[in-house]
Amino acid sequence: MWPVWSQTNQTSNRLCSCFLKMACQGLQKGETLATLKKECESLKKKLEEDRGKLNDVELHQVAEKVEVVGALSIKTRRVLKGHTNKVLCMDWCKDKRRLVSSSQDGKVIVWDGFTLNKEHGMSMPTTWVMACAYAPSGCAVACGGLDNKCSVIPLSLDSNENCAAKKKTVAMHTNYISGCTFTNSDMQLLSCSGDGTSALWDVESGQLLQSFHGHTSDILSLDLAPSETGNTFVTGGCDKKANVWDMRSGQNIQSFECHESDINCVKYYPSGDAFASASDDATCRFFDLRADREVAVFQKDSIVFGASTVDFSLSGRLLFAGYNDYTINVWDVLKGTRISMMFGHENRVSRVRLSPDGTALCSASWDNTLRVSRSFPHE
Amino acid sequence: YYLNYFMEKVIVAMQDPDMGMKMRNQRLLITVIPHAMTGHDIITWLIQKYSICEEEALHLGGMLLKYGYIYPLKEPRSIVLHPDETPYRFQTPYFWTSTRWPASELDYAIYLAKKNIRKQGELMEYEKERYSVLHKRINHTWDFVVMQAREQLRASKQRRKADRIVLECQEQAYWLINRPPVCSILLFYTALVYTCVALCLCLQIETCRRALGRNRVKSSICLEGFVKYSEQYQNHDPIMQGCLPSNPWISDDTAHWTMNAEMVPTPTRLRVECWSFSFMELLKDVMGRKEFMTYLEKEFSGENLCFWQACEDIRHGESSKIAEKVEEVYKNFLAPGAARWVNIDSKTMDKTLEGIKRPHRFVMDDAQMHIYFLMKKDSYPRYLKSDLYKNMLAKAIIPQETKKSVFPFMRRQRHSSPSPAQAAAQATEEDGRGKGAGPAGTNSDV
Repeated sequence: MWPVWSQTNQTSNRLCSCFLKMACQGLQKGETLATLKKECESLKKKLEEDRGKLNDVELHQVAEKVEVVGALSIKTRRVLKGHTNKVLCMDWCKDKRRLVSSSQDGKVIVWDGFTLNKEHGMSMPTTWVMACAYAPSGCAVACGGLDNKCSVIPLSLDSNENCAAKKKTVAMHTNYISGCTFTNSDMQLLSCSGDGTSALWDVESGQLLQSFHGHTSDILSLDLAPSETGNTFVTGGCDKKANVWDMRSGQNIQSFECHESDINCVKYYPSGDAFASASDDATCRFFDLRADREVAVFQKDSIVFGASTVDFSLSGRLLFAGYNDYTINVWDVLKGTRISMMFGHENRVSRVRLSPDGTALCSASWDNTLRVSRSFPHE
Repeated sequence: YYLNYFMEKVIVAMQDPDMGMKMRNQRLLITVIPHAMTGHDIITWLIQKYSICEEEALHLGGMLLKYGYIYPLKEPRSIVLHPDETPYRFQTPYFWTSTRWPASELDYAIYLAKKNIRKQGELMEYEKERYSVLHKRINHTWDFVVMQAREQLRASKQRRKADRIVLECQEQAYWLINRPPVCSILLFYTALVYTCVALCLCLQIETCRRALGRNRVKSSICLEGFVKYSEQYQNHDPIMQGCLPSNPWISDDTAHWTMNAEMVPTPTRLRVECWSFSFMELLKDVMGRKEFMTYLEKEFSGENLCFWQACEDIRHGESSKIAEKVEEVYKNFLAPGAARWVNIDSKTMDKTLEGIKRPHRFVMDDAQMHIYFLMKKDSYPRYLKSDLYKNMLAKAIIPQETKKSVFPFMRRQRHSSPSPAQAAAQATEEDGRGKGAGPAGTNSDV
């Protein structure tokens, strides 16, 4: 569970001698820890005060003048059956109809969601493939899980050829892979892991380009920012923190600690100026990156189960959140109210994702299926 | 942990003497069961208390039943909540799933509580620490812990002294094995843990210090931004406004996708409008970028966009090709007398030329940023006012909405489309040299 601090021996040796020195110092280590903790606490307090200074209005107040979104009519249009165990992750292809899914059964399947055709089926060496991603070109997929690795698989068109044979290991962590995504091209891969670190990899050589340290527990999710300079990403984890990172320097540039339990999912708002998170504390929250604070909490007394996944509609007005009570709640991001509920899955919803053009919602579930649903306002 | 906490909150609210449920005696055959309630009462109460609809109340009630907080008096194995006269009762807290997990933590807490009650100061240092940790962690059932400890102590007093001593020794031995005290051999691991914690704290302090120096924007400005963004994109959001001619997932007609393919003879109106929302939208769209290039070439500043694309290719391409790509960019755009020389300020130029001596992925970042903002602030606004753009907007298609009544009768066959992998392979073949739209898939793609 502790982060991998370095890949080199030199640093491990340094750390070892550090440990021995601390062991010999006896009581003094308690004192060092206490002073550090105190300093950390006081800095955090000052940060909260600073953040509060520019807080001159709340989101729902600004949104009072906005028209209410009426109830939505949501219907399932496709049910993708094929996995023999919990579906843990899915991702859309840029062509707006294909998608890749990964499952506890160890399989990764590429579907044409529109025709329900299974185009590729690949078996991974371990079960619990917890992360999968489609490459921007549509020519490859990445996946990883309990094998502690993230592999990239080029999608072969030859039906006789076994895709999994061409699998290439790119990312290597010291604990399970919880999330992965390609950056703007097929050539770079971002991964996050139960070992508390995330990393950027060169796909061609498998070389580690940058690693990111700061989380004090498992990281459960990551998302790449859709900004014009394309240099940041956000992670969320079991330490209840959501951290924003600079890909180039490896630094943690912003940190938010507002949730009361594990953060299961993080997703950027379409403009890149904010992101949403889903947590075991049964709330989803909205964080503004320019104001540097939490600006909305999506919660209801009747929602008692943890939220595991979130995604925005194309305009960012709606937030779709999947919960452990098998439902999906649709929230009005601006007004903070819940608009609709979706039933249908027979077990936890592990992932919700809008298609790239916003025409459909795909939900993956522990009931072994994926559902593609469409929604529009009631007439 | 939180799941149980929230469910228990609901249950406690239900049992509130003032605002909770009205309990009554329920008849079960010839027996009268006190303190029971009907399924109908439960649903009604949930609807009123949480302002939810019946469907959601049924769902929530079903969960309470499934997790054992309420149980049915008839048909004990049924886990479906019946919204009728079916009688139910609240489960006693002793049997709540939360109190049974984690069982060993609970047992240990009871053991320590017994020791503490029996003789003040009997707990060892490490036991005192653990006791207070447990007290915080399972605080919501602490009354239960103390109650159990007292019960067990009372029961043990009834035993013969010899038996009591034997049992106490057995218990102590069990916990010494299952919750061993820290000994000197483990000091190394403690030090390891302390160092990791210290390093984590140091990183946090560093992050905090950096965060304190941040420039923040006033909330009113940021939040207004979200309202504006949602308004601007509302027409483009198929969920908010539908899409033309129809949503393929509803009508099984892929016309919407065909009309919005990467390269079409005439783009749709919404698509061209989108290019005016932000510079990023224009560049993200392959067709938009091509149009912009045409405009720039008319103004003899096409090299800016070419330079930007080449820098993107370096940033997102293979590590092995960085050096050669940087060399190409230098030759074409930066070298004195270069064919497509870009105008960068001297400070940035000097820094970039210095960096090129040891090329790396981000060596072009400053120069790229400079040219990007030049195009954004200067060329882009002028493009939007140009005839080229206005004509494109004027001739853009507004698809006819397919009448919804048509859908149920036309059971269209869902056609498959070529896989992107297939399209890429074909392009590679046609290209001959193996370059082109291969798996590179960067934004500067076909």
